[in-house]
This record gives sequence, structure tokens and C-alpha cells, in this order.
Amino acid sequence: MNSLIWLPFLPLLGTLIPLITARFSRTACAFMTAALPALTLFLVLSHAGEIFQGERFQAVVPWIPAIGLELAFRLDGLALLFAILILGIGLLVILYARYYLSAKDSIGKFYAYLILFMFAMLGVVLSDNLIQLWFFWELTSISSFLLISFWGHKTEARKGARMALTVTGAGGLALLAGLLILGNTVGSFSLQDVLDSGELIKASANYPVIVVLVLLGAFTKSAQFPFHFWLPNAMAAPTPVSAYLHSATMVKAGIFLMARFYPALADTNLWFLIVSLTGLITFLVGAYIALFQHDLKGLLANSTISHLGLITLLLGMGTDLAAVAAIFHIINHAIFKASLFMAAGIIDHESGSRDMRQLNGLWKYMPYTATLAMVASASMAGVPLMNGFLSKEMFFTETLHQASLGSLSWFIPVLATLGGVFAVAYSTRFIHDVFFNGEPINLPKTPHEPPRYMRVPVEILVALCLVVGIFPSLVVGDLLLAAANATLNGPAPAYSLAIWHGFNFPLLMSVIALIGGLFMYYNRSHLFKFQAQFPTSDPKLVFEGIVQSLVVKAQRVITLTENGSLQRYVFFTLGFAVVMTASSLMKLNTTAGQRPEIPVDALSITCAVLLCISALATVIWHRRRVVALLTLSVVGLIVSLAFAQFSAPDLALTQLSVEVVTVILLILALFFLPQKTPKESSPRRVVRDLSLASLIGGVIGTISYALMTRPLDTISTFFTENSKTGGGGTNVVNVILVDFRGFDTLGEITVLGIAALGIYKLIAKMRLFMPSTDDNGLPWSEDRHPILLTVISQSLLPLALLVSAYIFLRGHNMPGGGFIAGLITSVAIIQQYIAHGVEWIKTRIKLDYQIMIGSGIGIATLSGLGSWVFGHTFLSSWFDYFYLPVIGKFELASAMIFDLGVFLTVVGATMLILANLGQLTTSERPIQKEHD
Amino acid sequence: MEGMYAFCVGLLTACGIFLALRGRTFSVVIGLTLLSYAVNLFLFASGRLKLNAAAVLEQSEQYSDPLPQALVLTAIVIGFAMTAFVVILAMRARADLGNDHVDGTIPEQPNNTTQKSGGSQ
Repeated sequence: MNSLIWLPFLPLLGTLIPLITARFSRTACAFMTAALPALTLFLVLSHAGEIFQGERFQAVVPWIPAIGLELAFRLDGLALLFAILILGIGLLVILYARYYLSAKDSIGKFYAYLILFMFAMLGVVLSDNLIQLWFFWELTSISSFLLISFWGHKTEARKGARMALTVTGAGGLALLAGLLILGNTVGSFSLQDVLDSGELIKASANYPVIVVLVLLGAFTKSAQFPFHFWLPNAMAAPTPVSAYLHSATMVKAGIFLMARFYPALADTNLWFLIVSLTGLITFLVGAYIALFQHDLKGLLANSTISHLGLITLLLGMGTDLAAVAAIFHIINHAIFKASLFMAAGIIDHESGSRDMRQLNGLWKYMPYTATLAMVASASMAGVPLMNGFLSKEMFFTETLHQASLGSLSWFIPVLATLGGVFAVAYSTRFIHDVFFNGEPINLPKTPHEPPRYMRVPVEILVALCLVVGIFPSLVVGDLLLAAANATLNGPAPAYSLAIWHGFNFPLLMSVIALIGGLFMYYNRSHLFKFQAQFPTSDPKLVFEGIVQSLVVKAQRVITLTENGSLQRYVFFTLGFAVVMTASSLMKLNTTAGQRPEIPVDALSITCAVLLCISALATVIWHRRRVVALLTLSVVGLIVSLAFAQFSAPDLALTQLSVEVVTVILLILALFFLPQKTPKESSPRRVVRDLSLASLIGGVIGTISYALMTRPLDTISTFFTENSKTGGGGTNVVNVILVDFRGFDTLGEITVLGIAALGIYKLIAKMRLFMPSTDDNGLPWSEDRHPILLTVISQSLLPLALLVSAYIFLRGHNMPGGGFIAGLITSVAIIQQYIAHGVEWIKTRIKLDYQIMIGSGIGIATLSGLGSWVFGHTFLSSWFDYFYLPVIGKFELASAMIFDLGVFLTVVGATMLILANLGQLTTSERPIQKEHD
Repeated sequence: MEGMYAFCVGLLTACGIFLALRGRTFSVVIGLTLLSYAVNLFLFASGRLKLNAAAVLEQSEQYSDPLPQALVLTAIVIGFAMTAFVVILAMRARADLGNDHVDGTIPEQPNNTTQKSGGSQ
């Protein structure tokens, strides 16, 4: 059944529609937004018949089969019930929001968030995989954050959204942990496997951990005590959001989770204890607080908490009939609470206030809305002929059959009746305080009936309250049975959905609740006085206080470790690295390996000693920068000698020429930097750094010794064997660079070019003053371009270029190539700059180095693309031998074109850096604003 | 020979790291240069040391491992680009911030006697 996959994703597509259509009229935008959810609802309903017959649809799309990731969806009775609620109420909310939102609000953005949330909720209820379920679960948290904070200019909206996200997000993390343990316990993350292994899970040692973690997720989402405080604060959201999220969907996700995992996790003492007690406390606390709210939405939010507690309590009772009652109450609560929220929104919208101390006697102004609200509140209170009465009656029945608390079991029906009393009291207050009870006080506007179509969603929902209340089994019988079967993962027990069950205890409890509630409301002034004695504590302030103190603590930890000193960070990083390396080196038994060592000769010893002395001298004299630079260049020279000694002529040539340009670069830089480093490291720091440096040096030395004395199993045999036949060159290093690993080289010259361009931009805006004297106060030499240097360098230029051309051409077969030739050419040109100055060069050498870099990389890329023309892969090379009179046999290879690109890039990059830096020292420097 | 080579690599690393931990940009640049010598020698040594065995066909009896050489060759050139970038960045930092300390400001010293202003602008 492939259309199942589309069910959640149709709304996802739908998130784009409001964004696109927001430019049209608001009505058009609303209608087009509603199109895809309506189609989805149609598709869902088209499967209803089969599901009522007991069928279950599942669909799987493999995603990354190698690690068992898949997209898995299922549509069974429970998922069907929730999908209908999500889509049905969602459609009504879309219509309602069209009239609720003012012209200032971006309706496109609102609808996009709303549909995104709808997608997330559908994903949760349709998921057939634990991880996937969790993913959608988190998506509901995020999208609800966006919706609650929709009026982001209001502080309470931002704070409420943040609180909701923090609480539900933290619960989501607990849920993830719980689901991971659950999946590992079962050995499968497929939901069906989990539901079928209830016995296994309950017998497992992990069971208590799983239950606690999963319930943490469910309780935070469904605002169960003690996590209930976020829901009233989320009332800062626009009312359509509250009507959608906080009646029918988001807060029901936690309930859904408990119902979904009911066969796998429920029916143990632990489950009973946690779930039923939490539910009972939430039921009572929510109902009690609701009575004292002055804000209409605050009353409804706390009543929602209370009703969620009721459903949780039912799910915790452990009997199958209680589970059925829970499902039934999910439906009923969603219907009457959504309509009540919408009615509250209408009152707010048309009178400008939600404060019940101001709102009085609205019956005169909006009798029609008042009637609708009264019917819905009656349902909330559990008045007969309303849907709320039926499920409350079932609830009372179930509390009477509880024996789990032993001889104290009679507490439960008594407390349930008490909760019922409160529910009647606050429902009465909602009706009497708002629509009667005198005249309105100081309302911002004169109340009136809302636009015709704003009432339609309320009318539909209120009609449902009545229809379900009067003909329950006809209207929702099939749906309830299917959902109950799916929840229990087996056939539901027999139950009857009649209004009249005769004179019995539950009816008596209802009567007591009704009379007691009315009595309580009538004497409310005493209760309010009693309540006023308690100091009010705003959970928002408490929450913010906790968050702030956490931030302060985190800040303290950060200042302990992060003091802004890069030196300290580097020290810690290196320290950590050496600990990690050293600990694995300790597992190596012997330092020396099997490979015989090369005997030492006198020349090598001399060089090594020289290297060590120069390196140490660099460290010792590092504060006298010019001296340090000189000793550094000695090190570089010996390194290139080492390359030459150990059979790497290409490396030696490269190192040598890079050495030259590096030293020139550093000397130029030194012109603008202090000539000396002040002595500022404390002796403690020097000792600390020396110890770490020696430790790392020792570790690295050991690794290289251990490495070199062990036999080598190389992959390079392939390169040496194919270098001539496949790449057409005998210098294997060069063939690797331009052929085998040509793509790497292309990347590398690109990096080189980018670095050079970055440097060019850094130099361009540099505001440096030019020191007129050196550090000792001596003026610079007057003779800027000594005549001897000028003459010699000028005659050397053609020679150097010739050498460079030779090195370039022979590179494929003998040591050389584009890199080295490029560096030699650069050195030759730089020499001209040094000898003659920028002014002289500018008139003679008209090279644009930026274009040179660009064309170099371009040529290299094109030579790679060229092989596509001949139907080969990118950068595969071609070569052949030709005969010409006089010259004789010679080779032409496409790799040579690539090497030309390398050459151009290297010359361009080097010259761009050095020429621009050098130019700073002259009057040719770019003109800048005067700098004081 | 291998022992000596390894000692040199270790010493270069130690010197490079000590200088990289200094507080002034130029010392850090010098330190990084020393460190890149050490790194290049180390990488090169992963192909093992061989005498008179350049990886040029038909020129010797046996060949040294050409792959680390090719890698090190580009590493040398990229290393130059990196050194250049860092040193120019250091210059730019001094130009914009007025001192050449790696943190951009000269930290407060408990013993103020040795402190000397780095920015002479």
C-alpha cells in the first residue's frame, strides 16, 4: 500500500503552498493551504472501512538498508483515530485562523508552521519504527516552538515558547534514551516487533529504566504533574494554535505514546503506580488551579491539564476497559476543548480581553457564540447528553473497579468525584462569569458576534459534541473499537456506549459532581479568599530563575577553562593529543622493528649535528628575530639535503626553492613587525611549555623510529610498474602528481591559488606605517639597489628561466616538473624585484598574477576535461612518441599540459604574494587613507 | 641512520611546538615552519629511508617509495602558502590591533617589569 507513504508527506509538500500563495488574498491562501490536508484526510478516510474490518496497513521504504534504516509507516485503528483528529481539527483551525489573525500577521508563515506541525504529528502517529517516531516527536517540539512564539515581539510568547521547548525537548531526550534501550532489549526497532514482545520486555532487567524514560517523554509532552507548568505559559500563542496544539494534538502526543506502547509496557505494578498516581495528581491539581484562573485561556489550559491527567489515570489503571475509556475521552476532549478554545478566541477577538474580571454579561452581545460555548462547557463538565458525560461516566465506573491500592482503593473514586466537582465548578465559571454576572467592565471594544465563517468550526465541533453524546455508538463506535483494538494489540473487551445505564454508582458520582460543582461555584468567594492567603508563585519566574542560575554556573565553568588565551588552548589541545598518542604507544612492546638500519656515515652526522644546533639556536635566539630567521634557513637547507641523501631529488629541489621564497617572505614581513620579541613568558610557563614540547618531540621521535625500522608494505609497486606504460614517464613522483593522483594535485593548486588571493585581499587593505629606521635607530641604507646586484641579476634572469624551462620539460622523466620549475621561475623574478625595485619592474614585466593563477587552474582543469572528449574519465592522460628531423624522438603527453597549469599557478601564487608584499615597502604601495 | 633521523624529527617537533606556544605571532610562524619541516620529514620517512634509490625508472637498482614523496612535495608547496597566509595575517593583525600578540591584546602581567609595548604605532 504505497499511498500510505504519501500520507504524512502530502502535508510536508503543503508547507510550501501558504508561503507561495500568501501574496493572494487571505481567503485564497487559506483554501489552497487546506487543499493538501483535505486530500490527506480523504485518503485516510478511504482506508477507514478496511481498518474497521480489522485490517492494518504497513509500508516500508528502505533508506539505508546496510545499517537497517528505513522509513516505515503503519495505519491501524489508533493511528487512524489520531490522523482523523489531527487532519480534521487541523482543517477547522485553518478556517478559523483565516478570521482570527489580523492583517498585520503574516498568514503565510503561520500556515506554513501549522502545516509543518501537522506533518510532524502525522509522522508521530503513523510511524512504525521507534527512531522514526522519535524524530517526528522532536519535530513536533520544534514546530510547536515556532507556533507558540509566532508573536515573537511579545516577551511572554518568547518565554512561553522557550519553556515549552525546554521541557518537551528534555523529555524528548529521555524518550530517545528509553526507545534506544527498548529497541536493543527487543532486538528490533520495528514498532510491531516491540508491541509483540511485551512479555520479553517486562521480564527484562531494563524494564524499569525503559518505563521511566519513556514516561518522562510522555509526561513532559502531555503536561503531567510536575511538568504541567509549561502548558499555561504556552497560552501566549495565538488562539488557533492553542485550539490545535493544546487540545487535540501536541499534548495528546504523550497520551498517544502511552497508548501506543500500552501492550509492550503496561500492566505491571510499576506502570500502574507511576502512571495512575501521576494522572490522579495531575487531574486534581489541574482542576483546582483552573478554578482560580482569571484568564479565559488560562482556565482552559489548566482544565486541559486536568483532563490529560484523567486520561493518564485511565491508562494507568491496567484494565482493558479503562484503556477503552481513555481512548473515548481522547476523542471527546479533543472535540469539546478545541471548540472551547475557539470560542475563547472569538471572545478575545471581538471584545479585546480575556480577563474574566472584565468579561461579564456577554450574552447580550453575542448570544449565538454564548450558546455554542455553553454546550461545549457542559460537555467539559460532564452534563448528560454531551459526549463528555459518556466518557466521564466510563471513567467513574472504572475508578469503582480499582483494587490496586488494596484497602485504600476507595480513595480513587472519591478523589475522582472531587475532580469532577472542580470540573463542574470551573465549567460553570466559564459560562456564568463570562456571559452573565452583570455588565462588562472597561472592555477595549464593544463586543459583537464574529464573522459568519469564524463560527463555522465551532459550530461543527459543538454539533459533534451533541451527536456523539446522543448517538455514541452510531457515530464513533467503529472508530473507538478499532482504536481500542489497536491500543490493546488484541480484541477489546465488551462495553456499551449507552447514555443510560440505570441508577448506579457512576450516575450517583455524576450527580454529586454536578450538584457539588454548582454549590462550589456559588460559594466561590470563600474559596477565592482562602486561595488568596497563599503566596502566588509564578512558574515562569521559577523556571527562568532555574535557567538563569544554570547559565551562571555554565558561565563559571566556561571562564575556568576558556580565558581567551590561544596559548592555553593550544597547550591543552597538544597535551590531550600527546596523552592519546602516548597511551597507544605504550601498547607497542619494542621500539625497534625488524628492518635493518642503514649504517651512519660522517657526512650525515655532520649534517644532523648542524641541523640540531640550528634548530636549538632558532629557539634560543627566537626573540632576536632576524637571527632566528637565519638559523631557521639553515635548518631548511639541511632538510633539503636530507631529501637529496635519501633518494628524493624532487623533494630536495622543491624544498630548496621553497626555502628561498619563504625566507624572502619572512624578511619582508619582518620589515613591518617588531624586530625583537619582548621577554614576557614567566619561568613557570617556559618550563611548562618546554616539558610539553619535549614530551611531544619524544613521542614523535619514537613513532618515526618505530615506523622506519619496521618493514614496509607499500601500495607504490602499482605506481612504479605503471608509471612508464600507463603514464608515459619514468619519474614516478611526477607521474603520480600529474597523472595517477592528478585530481589531488588539481585540488592542491586550487588551494594554493585561494591562499594567494586571500593574502592579496589581506594586503590590499593593510594600514601599516613604514619604519624609517631599524630597531636600533639606524636609518636604512641609501643604496636601495646596489649596482652589482642589479647587473648580475639581470644577466642571471635568462639563465634562470632557461633552467626552469629545462626542469619543467624533463620533469616527466627526470627529477623536476611544474612545481619546481614554477618555484625557480618565481625566485628568478623576485630577484629582479629585489635588484631593481617595483617601479623598474612595473614598466618591463607586465604580468597580471591573478590572471596567471586563474589560467593555471583553468588549463589544468581543461586538460582533465579534455579526456572526456575522447570518452575517458576525468584527468586520464594521453601520450605518444613522435619523430622530428634534427630533434629526433620526443614524447608528447597530455600530462604536460596539466603540469603547465601547475607551473602557472605556482608562479602566479608565489608572485602575487611576494610582489604585493614587497610593494608595501615602496612608494608604489596602494594609496590608503591617512592613518594616525 | 634511522635512529639519528628519528632524533632529528623529534627535536624539530619539540622546537617547533615550543615556539608555537609563544605569545608573539612571529615566533609562532617560525615555530610552525619548524614543525612543518618535522612533519614533512616524518611523512617522507613513512616510505622508509633508502640510499641511491631515486624513484626514476631505469636509473637505479631499487626504487624508494614514490607515494610519500609525491605527497610531501605538494605538502611543501601548500606549507609555503600556509606560512605566507599566517605571516600576512600576523601583519594585518598588528596593523589593525596595534600589537603582535596572538590574542590580539597583551595580557596583564603579574610582574610588570619585563613588559614592553609591542605596538609601536
